[in-house]
Amino acid sequence: MSFKIYKVNEALRDVVPQEVIDLEEKATWGDPKRSVMQIPTHKELLEEHSLCAGCPEAAAIRYILASLPNPEDTIIVNSTGCTSLVFPHISLHTVHSLFGNQNSVASGIKRVLEYRFPDKVKDVVVLAGDGATVDIGLDYTLQSFFRQEKITTICFDNEVYANTGGQESGLTPKGHVFKMAPKGKQFEKVPMWQLAIDSGCHYVARLTVSSPKRVEKVIKEAIYVAREVGPTYVHLYTPCILEIGLNSDDGLEEMRARDKERFKFFEYKTPEAEEVLAKYKEEGLL
Amino acid sequence: MATLGPAQYSPYPVAVYEGVLTPPKGKALLFNEIVDEETAMREAAKAMLTRDNATIFPGPQVLYAWNEEATEKAKLVKEMAEVLNAKIIPMYDYRPKYPKIDPEVEINPNHPNLTIWHNKIKACIFIGVHCHYANVALKIIRSETDCFTIAMCSQAGHEDAMITLRD
Ligand SMILES: Cc1ncc(C[n+]2csc(CCOP(=O)(O)OP(=O)(O)O)c2C)c(N)n1
Ligand code: SF4
Ligand SMILES: [Mg+2]
Repeated sequence: MSFKIYKVNEALRDVVPQEVIDLEEKATWGDPKRSVMQIPTHKELLEEHSLCAGCPEAAAIRYILASLPNPEDTIIVNSTGCTSLVFPHISLHTVHSLFGNQNSVASGIKRVLEYRFPDKVKDVVVLAGDGATVDIGLDYTLQSFFRQEKITTICFDNEVYANTGGQESGLTPKGHVFKMAPKGKQFEKVPMWQLAIDSGCHYVARLTVSSPKRVEKVIKEAIYVAREVGPTYVHLYTPCILEIGLNSDDGLEEMRARDKERFKFFEYKTPEAEEVLAKYKEEGLL
Repeated sequence: MATLGPAQYSPYPVAVYEGVLTPPKGKALLFNEIVDEETAMREAAKAMLTRDNATIFPGPQVLYAWNEEATEKAKLVKEMAEVLNAKIIPMYDYRPKYPKIDPEVEINPNHPNLTIWHNKIKACIFIGVHCHYANVALKIIRSETDCFTIAMCSQAGHEDAMITLRD
C-alpha cells in the first residue's frame, strides 16, 4: 500500500467531493517533518468527529494525527470508548479491536508487517481510553511491554469510563465521585506511567494536551523509539468535561490546572532510546 | 428469488437465503437465472437506458489511482456514463459519515438507500466497490428501494444485485 491510494483518478476527479481532493492536495504525506503547526493551513486527516463539543480527546487526536511522522504507513489500533467515535472519520488505516485487546491486536499487526514488509517502515500506534488500557486491557497492555513489542501505546486518560456514562476506572483519583460511582473512588489512581517503566517501556511520558507542540514532540519521540528499540507509552490527560461538569470551553483551563499537579509533565527514556532520539535530532526530525 | 425490491428487511443475506447463488465463471446472473454475459450486458444496458435517473456508483478501486489498471478503468467508467447518459455518484469512502451524507454527491455503503431515494434512481451500476461493502449496500438497496441494481464485479459477483457480472 502506498499513498497513491489518496490520489484521485483524473477521469473521475470532477465527481469526487472537494474534501477528497483536499486530502490528496493539501494533506501532508511523505513528510516526516509534518507538524501541529500545519493544522490551520493544511488538510487534517480527520474530517469531522462526533465527540462532545470541546472534548479534549478530540483536540488530542487532532494533534496526534498532525504529528505522526509517517501517516501513510501508520496503522492505528483503537478500542471501544469515546475515542472510538472518532476513528471512522480518520483518513488512515485503523483497526477497531475488541475492548481491552488493543495491545494484543497491535502486537500481531506489527509482527506481520515486519515479516511482510521487511524493508519498509510501518508504525503501529495504539490509541485507547483509560478503561481499555489500564482496567480491562491491563494484562494485554503489560504483556506487550514485557514482550518488547515495537509499538507505541497512547492512553487517553479521562479518569472515567466516559462512553458508558461515568463509572470509575483504575485511573480515577481516590475520592472522586461519578454518576455511577456515588460513594467515591476507594483506592488511589493507578500510576500507569510507572508500571510502563517497570514493565520495559523505553520511552514513557505523562502530560496533558494543553500544549499542542509538546504533544507533537512526545508523539514523535515515542514513535521513533518504538520503531527502533521497543515499546513506548504515552499517558495523556484528556478530561471528560461532560462527566466532571464543565462547559465546552473549559477543557483547556482544566488541563492547565492539572499541568501543575497530578499531570505535571514527566518523561522517561532508556539509554537506548536516548541514543535513537539523538540520531533523529541530528537528522532534523525532532 | 432476487426480485426487484423493496424486499423489506430480512436478517439474512437475502438472495442467498432464497437459493440464489453467484454465477459460475464465464456466466452472469439475471435475477435468479444464470445467463450468458452477452444477455446480461444487453439487459443491463436496457435497464440503464430506459429507467429513470440511471446512475453509476464507482468505488475506491476505480476512483483512486493506486495502479495503472485503475486509471484505465476510471476512463472507461467515464465513457460508459457518457454513452448511457448516466450520472456518476462516487462511493469514495466506506466509513459511516456524521452528521450525514450529502446524497446529491455521494453514496455511502452503510445507508445507500438515502442517495437512491433522494435522486429517485431507478437503475444503477456498482463498479470498483470492494466485495463486502458492495454486498452490504446491494442488500440494503434491494430491501429499501425499487432500484434496478447491476454489479460489475471483478470477483465472484453479487447475488443481491438484479444483474451481476463477474471476473
Ligand atoms: C468487551 C467489552 N466490554 C465492555 C464494553 C462496554 N464499554 C464500552 S465503552 C466502555 C468504557 C470505555 O472507557 P475508556 O476506555 O476509559 O474510554 P472513554 O470512553 O472514557 O474514552 C465500556 C466498558 C465493550 N464495548 N466491550
Ligand atoms: S463523554 Fe466525555 S470523553 Fe466522551 S466525548 Fe464527551 S466529553 Fe469527551
Ligand atoms: Mg476513560
